[in-house]
Amino acid sequence: MKILYFAWVRERVGKPEEEIEAPVGVATVGELMAWLAGRGEEYAHAFANPRVVRAAIDRTHVKSEAPIAGAREIAFFPPMTGG
Amino acid sequence: MSIRLQREDFDASAEAAALTRGRTDIGAVVTFTGLCRGTEAGAPIAALTLEYYPGMAEAEIARHVEAANARWQLLGVTVIHRYGRIAPGENIVLVVTAAAHRQAAFAAAEFLMDYLKTRAPFWKSEEHASGTRWVEARETDDAAAERWAPPPGRPEAAQ
Repeated sequence: MKILYFAWVRERVGKPEEEIEAPVGVATVGELMAWLAGRGEEYAHAFANPRVVRAAIDRTHVKSEAPIAGAREIAFFPPMTGG
Repeated sequence: MSIRLQREDFDASAEAAALTRGRTDIGAVVTFTGLCRGTEAGAPIAALTLEYYPGMAEAEIARHVEAANARWQLLGVTVIHRYGRIAPGENIVLVVTAAAHRQAAFAAAEFLMDYLKTRAPFWKSEEHASGTRWVEARETDDAAAERWAPPPGRPEAAQ
């Protein structure tokens, strides 16, 4: 699946997007964040406080309990500050 | 309805005029323009830079425009949100709502702005003399959006 990062999550991870294959057992958005956090220092920094990181699956806001099965695109970003 | 994300500036009065041209059913038009302030928390800023999530930003705004249409029977809506670097005094966002009566136009414009601030995937960074910093979300903005939540038993509205 495609993973996108925005704003300071993007800056901390160091890239705007990547293709990943989550291992079996990573079933929810929250579990995906925890798995990503273990991929290296930059990811650990981005997901150090997962409660403040928001997520969207296929361009719709979701909560961390949301299942990721079947997702084509998952995005992680800080709380929004538009308008 | 018209939803546009663009780098370029917009002309609020031209957009409002376009919405009502040739129409005799519209009795009220509310035009809201959000501008870039030159100071934030007492400190001067050189500019804001807006980043957004292409594809989702349009979809999220469209979902809220549809919710506003269903709730207030609007006769026209235009939303324009700029991205990229924006200097103090420049426009950032435009919401124009048209309805038969003023209450619907006012309420829908406020609803759309409250949701744009908290649900549309845009992020602002501020340029200061000392560097750039991401703007933090305000709890007052979340509270402003939450007051539009449907009462229990009517989950179909707003979200």
